[in-house]
Amino acid sequence: MRFRGRAWVFGDNIDTDVIIPGRYLNTTDPKELAAHCMEGVDPEFPRKVQPGDIMVAGRNFGSGSSREHAPISLRAAGISCVIAKSFARIFFRNAINIGLPVLECAEAVEAIAPGDELEVRLDTGEIHNCRTGQTFRAKPYPRFMLELIQAGGLIPYTRARLAKSQPSTV
Amino acid sequence: MGMTMAEKIIAAHAGLDRVEPGELVEVQVDFVMANDITAALAIQEFAKLEVEEVFDRERVAFVADHFVPPPNIKAAEQCMAVRNWARRKGILYFEGGRDGGIEHIVLPEQGLVLPGEIIIGADSHTCTYGALGAFSTGVGSTDAAVAMATGRLWLKVPSTMRLYYHGTLRPWVTAKDLILHTIGRIGVDGALYMAMFFTGPIIQALSMDGRFTIANMAIEAGAKAGLMEVDEKTLDYVRPRAKRPFTVYKDDPDARYEIDLDFDVSEWEPAIAVPHLPSNVRPVGELADLRIDQVFIGSCTNGRIEDLRLAAHILRGQRVHPEVRCIIIPGSGPTYRQALDEGLIDIFVEAGAVVGLPSCGPCMGGYSGVLGPGERCVSTTNRNFVGRMGHPTSEVYLANPAVAAASAILGRIASPEEIQIRAEAFAG
Repeated sequence: MRFRGRAWVFGDNIDTDVIIPGRYLNTTDPKELAAHCMEGVDPEFPRKVQPGDIMVAGRNFGSGSSREHAPISLRAAGISCVIAKSFARIFFRNAINIGLPVLECAEAVEAIAPGDELEVRLDTGEIHNCRTGQTFRAKPYPRFMLELIQAGGLIPYTRARLAKSQPSTV
Repeated sequence: MGMTMAEKIIAAHAGLDRVEPGELVEVQVDFVMANDITAALAIQEFAKLEVEEVFDRERVAFVADHFVPPPNIKAAEQCMAVRNWARRKGILYFEGGRDGGIEHIVLPEQGLVLPGEIIIGADSHTCTYGALGAFSTGVGSTDAAVAMATGRLWLKVPSTMRLYYHGTLRPWVTAKDLILHTIGRIGVDGALYMAMFFTGPIIQALSMDGRFTIANMAIEAGAKAGLMEVDEKTLDYVRPRAKRPFTVYKDDPDARYEIDLDFDVSEWEPAIAVPHLPSNVRPVGELADLRIDQVFIGSCTNGRIEDLRLAAHILRGQRVHPEVRCIIIPGSGPTYRQALDEGLIDIFVEAGAVVGLPSCGPCMGGYSGVLGPGERCVSTTNRNFVGRMGHPTSEVYLANPAVAAASAILGRIASPEEIQIRAEAFAG
């Protein structure tokens, strides 16, 4: 899987209340959630982001609430993947589970400026900055998580397992 | 090498003799929970699995608490979908009423979450039940849906951070202050992916209500779980309620801790976490001139009977400042009933506070106390993120119930000492 898009750069501790404020959680509609994506830090974000763009952030991205509405709103807003120095654990799970790729790579984040064109290869974890020509390698996924991603998330993965009555490969 | 209780619980639920931190395992879960917001997504994901029934109707609960009673039509529709699904599938369902309230107060009260169990909840504060010696962790709606269908979940075995608390507590320093100071010291990702293990004489001396407060906020340090040893107090709490048999696990003497912290709490003061991170912790005295617009006493962190007693102790015979909205919400039906029986509700109403229906209330900016531009709230909740309780320019200051009550009276951030009551008089 490859992604190419412009970078949106944010700082540390971008929490899920900032990604999608609690007052909008009376819906599960991805389009409605996307309309308020990142409202806590940049209310114009949903209008500026283009399909395929890449979210880049510092430490502890997605901290706070377990609301899966956060990765759903990012994906529905057009974000193809998230690169951060580190992720809060529930957000990390939720993103993988719904099929939004997330990559942990502090060095890449340090070297990315807002608007940089990035190319990401999920299988190798390579993050290429087209502006600077630099390439970084994200922390590799364990085999099981790569299978989850390749299956398209936890639901398709579990469906396939249930259909075959197969145990997990964990 | 010995194992921690977190490792032992996970190993037992994975059918293994031992597990190592970092290992990915699949576990059998004992209980799955979701609330009105996260269940709304979970039932959609469940439908995609094409499974008819949940794995065990007695081990799946929806607790409607975030938008309850519904503040608008959309929230009402969302709650209807969740309620109808719960009734159709025959799972446990709580929504207000005699036994309902906030998920993290209801489930322990009802004896549905027990020591030695693995509990997952589609709510980040599911870590609260670690106070009962359970391995309990927050997940998203998709994880919850899969666990509802299969009774199973993948997880990474966390390493353990041990936190040992000793010394003498100063007046008005509560469980809330202990956890705020802890997060202030280790940071909002200080325990990322880890299990926190809270121990030492200070923890042992806390009531169960206080222990729940501490475990509740483990997530604010990034932790996967926040556990405590099971002792006589735990068993006294659990035994009369338990809906199932349970097992008690203890850390081995040679258990491995990735981080081992020792806190002498003797110098700690009542704490305030200022915007916009729970780790921005300051002694209350440093902020004493800051005017406020709202006080909220309640939530899964501080909505239990002991919290209400503490607030009532400060508010008894006092008046809420005329420029402050003071909202007090007992965390569950039984807590409300108890507060009523003890005369606490009388004290609150007489002081000029409004008492709300058991729910999450204004904590996540949903309703019943949403903040306008620039408004400031002293809150006994767990998060002070940008826009958490309303407008992005509003501000939330996290504090214990005594500080919140004192602030409500004086219209500014205040120490309980400023209200003419002797700390020793409170024996709650």
